[in-house]
Amino acid sequence: MSIFNKIRPQFWETGSNVGPGKSLFNYRRIWRIAIAVLAVVALVPLCVMAVIDYNVTRNSLESESLLRTARTTSNTRRTVAFFLQERQQALDFLAMHQGLEALRDCENLGRVLDSLKSSFGGFVDIGIINDQGLQIAYIGPYDLIGRNYRDQEWFSNTMGQGDYISGVFLGFRDEPHLVIARKIVDEKSGKSFILRATLDTEQFNSILWSLDLPKGGDAFIVDREGVLQTPSRLHGSLLTQVSLAVPGYSEKTSVEQIVDKDGTDLTVGYVYIRGTPFIVMVVKKTRELMSLLQTIRMELMWLMAVSIAIILLVIVWVATYMVNKIYIADQTRAQALHRMEHTNRMASIGRLAAGVAHEINNPLAIINEKAGLINDLFEFKEEYVHDERLLNNIKSIIDSVQRCGKITKRLLSFARHIDIDMDAIKFKELAEEVIDFLRKEAEYRSISITMDIPENLPEFISDRGKLQQIFLNLVNNAFQAMNDGGNLAISATPSDKDSLVFTVRDDGCGIPAEDKKRIFDPFFSTKKRTGGTGLGLSITYGLVQELGGSMSVESEVGVGTEFIITMPLKAPEKA
Amino acid sequence: MKILLVDDEVELVSAMAERLSFRSVDADWTDNGETALKMAAETDYAVAVLDMKMPKMGGLELQESLAAEHPDMKFIFLSGHGSESDFKAGCAAGCNYLIKPVQIESLMDKIQEALA
Repeated sequence: MSIFNKIRPQFWETGSNVGPGKSLFNYRRIWRIAIAVLAVVALVPLCVMAVIDYNVTRNSLESESLLRTARTTSNTRRTVAFFLQERQQALDFLAMHQGLEALRDCENLGRVLDSLKSSFGGFVDIGIINDQGLQIAYIGPYDLIGRNYRDQEWFSNTMGQGDYISGVFLGFRDEPHLVIARKIVDEKSGKSFILRATLDTEQFNSILWSLDLPKGGDAFIVDREGVLQTPSRLHGSLLTQVSLAVPGYSEKTSVEQIVDKDGTDLTVGYVYIRGTPFIVMVVKKTRELMSLLQTIRMELMWLMAVSIAIILLVIVWVATYMVNKIYIADQTRAQALHRMEHTNRMASIGRLAAGVAHEINNPLAIINEKAGLINDLFEFKEEYVHDERLLNNIKSIIDSVQRCGKITKRLLSFARHIDIDMDAIKFKELAEEVIDFLRKEAEYRSISITMDIPENLPEFISDRGKLQQIFLNLVNNAFQAMNDGGNLAISATPSDKDSLVFTVRDDGCGIPAEDKKRIFDPFFSTKKRTGGTGLGLSITYGLVQELGGSMSVESEVGVGTEFIITMPLKAPEKA
Repeated sequence: MKILLVDDEVELVSAMAERLSFRSVDADWTDNGETALKMAAETDYAVAVLDMKMPKMGGLELQESLAAEHPDMKFIFLSGHGSESDFKAGCAAGCNYLIKPVQIESLMDKIQEALA
């Protein structure tokens, strides 16, 4: 709470019930509305833009990652297809160039295999099978001559279609390999033969392994039943069923986003290689692909959070500043209004007093003259001069009239000075005038008033009406602070050659230290409940300043309060 | 040596004239400015005691008219009203300015002062 007290804006504590006409606005409400409106106007577009930006980035990242997957897949397909096609064409070339007779010669076939190995690579063995399915020539690491393949599916397929590429299988060699075969028709005999070569999957695998895939990425080949033809990093080992669903037939590269069995989002690119049982699959983890998006999202969030914080701070600061300004302006306005009202009231009272005094003075003058005349008649005619009772009565009439006259004259002199400006003032006279007004109250409350004003105090030039008001306010204040039977002391001393110091001291309740710095603030009052406006001292302070003086206060709770006013001997030039 | 008293309150001005006569001051009185001017034209007054506020012609106005015709005449102003401008004007016209009710002695003093 203490921190809040320090930063609390001035307007915070002002309720709307300070007093009629004193505050036009509910400052806290204005403050809240200002903050809300500014925050909405500033933050909504920011948030909308951030969301749009995030979506645009995500979409473009997504499409880019899909595209990249598609490209990788399609490149891989092309490489694999080319690899197989190359070797098929090598067999074509052999068949056309060498002819069947030459190939049946095992020695020649051995040379051919050697040159195939050195030029193309990947060939393991090569052999020729006649139309009965019998292996009639073979060169390779195994002894296969005389084996009959007639009942095997690939044999009939090759005989039917002309060429054949098998899936990867272990066979009786117990090593993964695949077979490519080609039908050759012997020109001389017109019989069909099959040229069959085995490829190791080493090169095949290396094509896929060499792909540059992001973390969690995987590229492999499956056959149409979903059996892995090359080892996969994550989705099963060689020649086992792949853990993913086999996609539908598509000769064009397709990319799909699927959810794995264990719930990971995967981006799968696949394509069927035409004329083979192979499907190239490139599998990437969507999350890894989109990891850049995470970074962007984090950055965006940070930026948002920091911007919102700064914007809110600025908004709160601006709103507080503006409302404070409004508050101060409003207070100044109310103060000015009140002062005008006060001055007007003083002037009205003055005019009223003057009018009343005048009206009373005339009949008083008549009473005075008539009584005087009676007195004169008695005295000069000497008829009733010895009638003491009559003369005493007349004397008391005249005395009373004189007393009335004194009162009305004082009233007049007070009222008269309301609209005067500069005048040479003897402070003693002024203080007595002021005290005269309150002497009765002081008597009733048995407050003793002591005045310590040296006779030789220099006169000073100032506005008598304002000075009267200043001292009247201070003495009134002192009276309110004091209990019955208190002491009020007014003193004056010349401080230096240019100024005089006046003090008004009471032994009343005193002012608490925390209130002391606020007592000259407008509308600060400890008596708001009992009808105080909190303007007395602020107006007094303003008047002292107008006259070029200064004012300070010394006070101790329970001991008393002393107001010290320093006045220049010469009033400042009016601006 | 005669004195002219002008005040719209007949009761006041008549009593005052009578009281002055007891003090061997010969005073004529009237309750309005016009009569006062006529009387001043017929008789030579040394001092005129004028009320500031009178119907039709006020004290200052009357003083100007009288002063124009009788440059030697002295003036004393009486007023029940203490307005500052009146006071200043009264001072400018000789600073003999008394506020009602007036002690007959102070009026006498002022008259003596004016005559001196």
